[in-house]
Amino acid sequence: MSDHNDHYVAEFDEGVSFDELPDAAPSDKFRFSFTGWIGVIVVTFWIFVAVLGPFIAPYGENDLPFPDAYSEFQKPQPGAWLGTDDSDRDVLSRLMYGAGRTMGISFLATCLAYFIGVVLGIGAAVSSPKVDMVVSRINDALLSLPSIMLGLVVVAAVGSSIPVLIITAGVIYSSIIFRLSRALGMEIKVTDFVEAAQARGEGRWWIITREIWPNARMPLITDFGLRLIYVILFISSLSFLGLGVQPPQADWGSMVRENLGALQYGESIFAVIAPALSIATLTVAINLIVDDVSAHSGGRLSNRL
Amino acid sequence: MRRLAVGLITVLAVSIIIFFGTKVLPGDAAQIRLGQSATPENIAAMRARLGLDQPMIVQYWTWLKNFVTGNLGVSLAADVPITELIGDRYKNTIIVSGLTALIGVPISLMLGILGAMFPGSLYDRVLTFVSVSLVAAPEFFTATLLVLLFVFALDIGNAVVVGSIDGKGIWELIKHFALPITTLCFVIASQLIRMSRAAVLNVMSSPYVEMAILKGVPRKRIIFRHALLNALGPIVNVVALNLAYLVTGVIVVEVYFGYPGLATLIVQGVQTRDFVLIQGLGMLFCLVYVILMLIADIAAFASNPRLRHPK
Repeated sequence: MSDHNDHYVAEFDEGVSFDELPDAAPSDKFRFSFTGWIGVIVVTFWIFVAVLGPFIAPYGENDLPFPDAYSEFQKPQPGAWLGTDDSDRDVLSRLMYGAGRTMGISFLATCLAYFIGVVLGIGAAVSSPKVDMVVSRINDALLSLPSIMLGLVVVAAVGSSIPVLIITAGVIYSSIIFRLSRALGMEIKVTDFVEAAQARGEGRWWIITREIWPNARMPLITDFGLRLIYVILFISSLSFLGLGVQPPQADWGSMVRENLGALQYGESIFAVIAPALSIATLTVAINLIVDDVSAHSGGRLSNRL
Repeated sequence: MRRLAVGLITVLAVSIIIFFGTKVLPGDAAQIRLGQSATPENIAAMRARLGLDQPMIVQYWTWLKNFVTGNLGVSLAADVPITELIGDRYKNTIIVSGLTALIGVPISLMLGILGAMFPGSLYDRVLTFVSVSLVAAPEFFTATLLVLLFVFALDIGNAVVVGSIDGKGIWELIKHFALPITTLCFVIASQLIRMSRAAVLNVMSSPYVEMAILKGVPRKRIIFRHALLNALGPIVNVVALNLAYLVTGVIVVEVYFGYPGLATLIVQGVQTRDFVLIQGLGMLFCLVYVILMLIADIAAFASNPRLRHPK
């Protein structure tokens, strides 16, 4: 317990610490557990690869390490540390290029989903019951569809490109964030301090920005990691089905798809394992961090609401 | 009753999204059917034959009516009725998902409840860690691990599942289905274990279980008489929710193993931009999903008297 919080603690009876209050803001005394640290290290590693990947990759995205030989699904060896893929390309280099694409698309899509979801959700919470009902019903219809099915329909309709992927994933996942932020907004709207602000005669905008948003912000941010995991899995699954990032651009999901043949020939299976393992380590690491942070701030938002 | 009505409205909304979603696409069905060299007159005739010259609402109504009576239309890419394309494939998908449900659900429920019986024990912590990891890993990662284990290390099972199941012995059938089903079991197990554990733990922390502990009821009796019976509703809810997730999982797993089921068909449909196929199959998948969601909803509702009789 740092000195910083002592004046809070003093106000409560013994046995009730500041942590036990719901939604305690992750203050300076927050510490990662052992598994949390593993998560932080792995995620930092992947962010590093995503940003620097194209600069430090040994070959270009579509370069052949052994241009003179027929070298499909080569085993790892000097010159191609993770072997080669179905078109003789270097797996390690493609992995590094793909890191930025997979993580970038997912991150932007999650941000977009948050933007749409939070604006509409808090908007619905503070607006008239009629508007709220209409928006909520539309949202429920969207939420009751399997997300991958919606993705399939959109991709069939407009074809697949990176902006389409970001917008599709953003819109699909905004529905769950809408639900969360609307519920949070509703909860905060009926608190005494908002009623006090209304009684003071504050405008609606003032109440949203000064009263509701600061209180809804922290729980929503804690939930960001969890949504990011789902978006990464969604984007990778679409790419795996051949409907996401299009060849010859590298992305982890499509790399698994391209190299599935390696499992049948049994030559070098690294071309399949490497991208699949990359996604798994990234998402599991994020999950470890999320578990740590949410245990600290009173459990996952979606479970609490 | 009200829930059923809501479910019905959802299905209608879903059908509208799917129908009009595939309708706004660039590209004309008649043009696709006839190819690039078709004359304008031919295209117009084909449009009339397909009913594309009628207003959108009329088209939607005919499509919906046909769907309800089991007529899914004619494929654009292959020029045969969709029902013919589906053929035996629906059996394949039902076998895989059905067996997954039969094997995966009881095992994961048992694991989850065992975890809730001894919270904080080594078993519980290992279980939680494994399921937390699995829940975040993509289906094709689990599939790859299983292929490595079964095909490369143990030499049982096939990395690609093709061919008919007729006239195969038991051992061959196990080889045939082992990998897709095990993968899907893992996919639903991770969620199922976590959620069923949480459901039982939730009941275990209620005042009447505390009371039972205080008056000295044996642990086994508390679990089976007090906790499990009351957790039954939430557990049914959890099972239905996870079978709904199975609808999504089955798509990736079928493609991974090249399994000839409905999911591979719809992915092919998207690749060849066969809108009629996407509409029909998409609707079918969403229907199953919505029905399972509805069951989950009703189970949660029926098991909780406070929800059943609102004040």
